Amino acid sequence: MISTERSPFGPSGQNPRSPSENPFLTISVTDPVKLGNSVQSYISYRVITKTNLPEFEDSEKIVIRRYSDFEWLHDRLAEKYKGFFIPPLPEKSTVEKFRFSAEFIETRRQALDMFINRVASHPELRKSEDLKIFLQEDEEKMERIRTLEIGYFKKKPADLIQIFKDVGSKVSDVVLGKEKPMEESTPEYEKLKHYIFELEDHLAEAQKQAFRLVKRHRELGQSLSDFGKAIKLLGSCEGDSLGKVFSELGSKSELLSIKLQKEAHNLLMNFEEPLKDYVRAVQSIKATMADRANAFRQQCELAETVKLKMINIEKLALMHSEKHGEAEMEYKELKAESEEATRRFENIVKLMNEELVRFQEQKTADMGLAFHEFAKGQAKLANDIADAWRNILPKLEACSSSS
Amino acid sequence: MMAAVNHVDFDPPSPRPPPPTMDELETLALDDDDDDDDDDDDSFSPHLLSTVPVAIDSGDPLLRPCPPSSSSSSSLSSSPTAASVAVFESQNGVGGGRGRSGAAAAAATPPSPSRAAVATEFVGIVVSEPEKAHDPTASLMSGSSTFVTYLITARAAGGGGEFRVRRRFRDVVALADRLAEAYRGLFVPARPDKSVVEGQVMQKHEFVEQRRAAIERYLRRLAAHPAIGRSEELRAFLRAPGRLSLPPLVNEIAAKPIAKESGAAKPMGKGGRDLFRMFRELKQSVVNDWGGRVSAPEVDEDKEFLERKAKLQEWEKQLSSSSQQAETLAKAQQNIGETMGNLGLAFMKLGKFETEETTCSSQRIRAAEIKKFATAALKASRLNRGFNANIVKYLDTLHEYLGVMLAIHNAFADRSSALLTVQTLSSDLFSLEARAEKLEAASSKTFSLDRTRSHKIEELKETIKITEDAKSCALREYERIKENNRSELERFDKERHRDFIAMMKGFVICQVAAIYNPQTEKKEKIGYSEKMANVWATVAEETNGYARGK
Repeated sequence: MISTERSPFGPSGQNPRSPSENPFLTISVTDPVKLGNSVQSYISYRVITKTNLPEFEDSEKIVIRRYSDFEWLHDRLAEKYKGFFIPPLPEKSTVEKFRFSAEFIETRRQALDMFINRVASHPELRKSEDLKIFLQEDEEKMERIRTLEIGYFKKKPADLIQIFKDVGSKVSDVVLGKEKPMEESTPEYEKLKHYIFELEDHLAEAQKQAFRLVKRHRELGQSLSDFGKAIKLLGSCEGDSLGKVFSELGSKSELLSIKLQKEAHNLLMNFEEPLKDYVRAVQSIKATMADRANAFRQQCELAETVKLKMINIEKLALMHSEKHGEAEMEYKELKAESEEATRRFENIVKLMNEELVRFQEQKTADMGLAFHEFAKGQAKLANDIADAWRNILPKLEACSSSS
Repeated sequence: MMAAVNHVDFDPPSPRPPPPTMDELETLALDDDDDDDDDDDDSFSPHLLSTVPVAIDSGDPLLRPCPPSSSSSSSLSSSPTAASVAVFESQNGVGGGRGRSGAAAAAATPPSPSRAAVATEFVGIVVSEPEKAHDPTASLMSGSSTFVTYLITARAAGGGGEFRVRRRFRDVVALADRLAEAYRGLFVPARPDKSVVEGQVMQKHEFVEQRRAAIERYLRRLAAHPAIGRSEELRAFLRAPGRLSLPPLVNEIAAKPIAKESGAAKPMGKGGRDLFRMFRELKQSVVNDWGGRVSAPEVDEDKEFLERKAKLQEWEKQLSSSSQQAETLAKAQQNIGETMGNLGLAFMKLGKFETEETTCSSQRIRAAEIKKFATAALKASRLNRGFNANIVKYLDTLHEYLGVMLAIHNAFADRSSALLTVQTLSSDLFSLEARAEKLEAASSKTFSLDRTRSHKIEELKETIKITEDAKSCALREYERIKENNRSELERFDKERHRDFIAMMKGFVICQVAAIYNPQTEKKEKIGYSEKMANVWATVAEETNGYARGK
């Protein structure tokens, strides 16, 4: 289980209810089960929480959750924790047929497990109330909460061009006479933007090749199996020692076919999925960048509005208008909002910088592990192949010397 | 068989001895040749008549007069016998083919007595330097007048010199056709395909290269065949420059009376059958199918043969499927290597990118790990390429033997058609004799001098005589082909056993024990799989730290 390594706390099995010991919070997502009728079937997962933290009611809790629940949690976090890189969710499946394949379910389960554990091990995110709700509430309540709030807080795909989502935006660009949305363009940030976008391209390419490699392993496995069968049949035609050797060759071939399928699965779960996860993480960063852009724009707009208001006030003051007082009050409000917007923006910037460091560290660890698993798997496969063939050699020698 | 008999164009240096007896023809001398490759000591003797195994120099006793004391049979190969054999038998004779020109040569000078210490006469056949040539005699109407010629070089085994000729594909086809006619019953390697639209694709460089390689393979196979490798036809092809002229075929005398009867010269079809004969044999085969059995003392042997044939067919089926799967396997192996390479490239690019954009230490570390991984992936991909070349080479044996099966089919077909000829002639004889009987019975009843009738009876008797001779010839031919089949099957069994073991050994060894590295020109001590394992074991070692969390 990944939970132990994700959590900075100690391994599970500690004394519960004793926060003076190492505090821990470990979660596992297990036992995917297909529920519902044929029209509306879905997969549910068991989420098991083990903790000694006082904010949790039970030291061990098991709840049943489905993908939409995870989605709900993700969206709530994205709403409330702007500036943080929210751990990514696995994609929604669009192809009906694929939705219940064993492979899909397995990879999704693994990804959901990673998601929830990353949330639990993030210094800020794990304090979230929504996380507690997710981990503790019974299924009925969870469903109610989810259906109530889904849609309202549903996050649209991150898009830097998307401007008018924010409810706080009072003034439109058109009114202000601006044609282009305000964009942050410090050289540092430009560099970061460029990095993130190009990184996504590189990673997507790497992931594509990883996907292909998994497929190739499967294909090689299949052809080894077919070849083995054919050679065995050929051997049965031969008879005598030659026939026996053919039969051996065929058997070995079939054996190796199985090993190749295993390695294909290993590559999928421990190499391709981490790469996919990497890509998703980058996309999550892009979402944060969109939030940052919004915050920046708001800040700019409000600052602009405040300036205009000030000019307005001075005008009114000169005119000794009765609207002066009102205007002054409005001005004060706007000023507060503007400062708030500025704070929000600067907070996002600060958080992003911290998160980036964390991100880089995390990804180095993740990729290191992925490379390790890849290399281990390939080395084992090669050794298995060598062993299998080496095994046959003496029989071949015996056959050729006797002929 | 042939209406138009090609006369043998030489003068027998001595009067014809009595024709060889059935017994002598029935057995074929087996040749003990040294084969430096393996223990296979079965090779096909060109030697038709001797009943005693004779060590043969350069494989052709008919070219060279053997000392009369070396054989108990009076019909042992000396040029006169060769001549008679030629006359009597065979464009189909293994020895016969050589007999004609051999006899002629013997009349003049015997060929160089190079002792064939090796099994093959020609080694190191190379086909190269395709060149465009122009046929000045071809009219504009007769299709393309340009063609490609290939330089064919061969060396004589035992250091007898080098031969260089230029041939076009048409010559190869001619050689192949001739061999098919001359060596019925042997497993004659199949020639490279003709392309239907020869004129159009000829300009393509690829096509020419493909053809060049195919011709080379074909000639090498011919040279490797114990009988064909030493044949006159191959010699003429490889050694005589200028226009290709193959030694002429001699047709069965048996063909003559039939042609006379029909009163017209029929053109010689492929395999030397004329249409007329073909129809008769078709009718005969129908008769046979309907139960009109020709008494065959060879039925017992046939059963054995039929069993063998059935087994062979089953084997061929499995061989074909194995060959297909081997191809798929090789392709899958190649694909995995390619994708590994692409993966390596993608990560290399990622690594370079991370290095350029590095802002923190963890990024730097990761960039380094990525590059190490990418390097390993590229190495693995390269290893795979070398391995794949070996795989293809070894598994190609399966494919080669599909070609051999084709030759076997042809050899079996030769046998069937020879049997059919015998059966046709038998039934001809039967009906002729019946007719003769009827006529004689009728003429004995009347005492009048019926000139026409007696003349008819005379003619009929003559025809019967000729038909009997033809039938004997055909029977001898059939027996000869049967023997060819038998000995070739023996050779096939041995060679197949040897080749398939070599194939499997090669396939296994290159994965495990040793690969031949063309760059270092040495056999390396560890095989592909072990190398691969090492490449990745190193990476696994170096990244061990990341696994500690688990």
